[in-house]
Amino acid sequence: MIIKSLDPRISRAELDADASMEQELQPLEHFETYEVFHQKKRGTHHTHVGTVHAPNPEMALLFGKEQYGRRGVSVNIWVARTADIFASDYDDSDIFSTTPEKQYREATPYKVMDKINEYKAKQGS
Amino acid sequence: MNMNEQNTLAVKDLLYKMADDLLILGHRNSEWTGIGPMLEEDISFSSMAQDKLGQALALYQLLNNLGEADPDTVAFTRNDHQFHNCELVEYPIGEYDFSLVRHFLFDNAELLRYEMLMESSYEPLAKLARKFKGELKYHKFHGDTFVMQLGKGTEESKKRMQASLDFCWNLALGIFEASPYEETLIKEGIWQGEEALKAQWLAAITPVLEAAELKIPDESTWKPVYGGRSGKHTENLQPLLDEMTEVFRVDPGAEW
Repeated sequence: MIIKSLDPRISRAELDADASMEQELQPLEHFETYEVFHQKKRGTHHTHVGTVHAPNPEMALLFGKEQYGRRGVSVNIWVARTADIFASDYDDSDIFSTTPEKQYREATPYKVMDKINEYKAKQGS
Repeated sequence: MNMNEQNTLAVKDLLYKMADDLLILGHRNSEWTGIGPMLEEDISFSSMAQDKLGQALALYQLLNNLGEADPDTVAFTRNDHQFHNCELVEYPIGEYDFSLVRHFLFDNAELLRYEMLMESSYEPLAKLARKFKGELKYHKFHGDTFVMQLGKGTEESKKRMQASLDFCWNLALGIFEASPYEETLIKEGIWQGEEALKAQWLAAITPVLEAAELKIPDESTWKPVYGGRSGKHTENLQPLLDEMTEVFRVDPGAEW
């Protein structure tokens, strides 16, 4: 039976409703992935925005622009093969934890706004 | 440029054919939305189709400023013989090789057309041409990249691309059908005209097709398909218009 759809494009395609959806992937049917980085303004750093499938860097650039650059502002885009990214291992995630006694190494515990406000108040009076 | 009666008619004729090309091809290409060959390409092709509708709207707006009906009325209430698009753009989307080759041939011409129009003595059009430039550059980049990729791809892709190029060629030459106002348009500096565009187009696409190892049909077989610009169309256009205007016709006065 041919699929009849409200979408005229689907009806025109004359798809067999009983056909099996299971298909073996052929060699060229699945491309590798590229990571996409975009830059909002010249001089600022590029930010990772996502991934595209593509057979080569040119096509990755082509797709990257439309997937991630069609909304908002971009001035430049980078693509890199996902396989070329040298990454740390999730098993080693503990390298990022640090003993809590060394808070003096981190900027977060410093409370400076009180002092600034106090100084401003003094200047104002 | 003085917008006297003759010049106004010439500008309107130019705007109508450009806008109709974009509306019809924009609609055709949007028929791939959701059923494109891969997700990334589906999004890219749909996005370019939307660009075309946006460009068509801007041109219909210029026509409206020159005293024609509002864009919705112009886009949705005319019948096929009132459209000035070339026949190339009205053919059904067919298989993806056809849609890609049509897009490559058409958008190479579009980029060059609007580059010429950036110098137009009709300032509102020159301004639009400068605005569209970025979109058109991407469309050309997309078409060129795909043609090179598939021209040199597999045996099957090469065969399909060549067959589509052969099929599209005379239709594509029909893009450059001269307007009855050609002389006025050139003399008044509105733009350099279809013949000049065709020469630039050939110079632009020839190296890309060579790099893609695809052959332009022999010049002795060239027979441009003219007629679209004066309202002669294939049986493909009216069904497209019926489908495109189906919702509009339910309630033409609806506020969106």
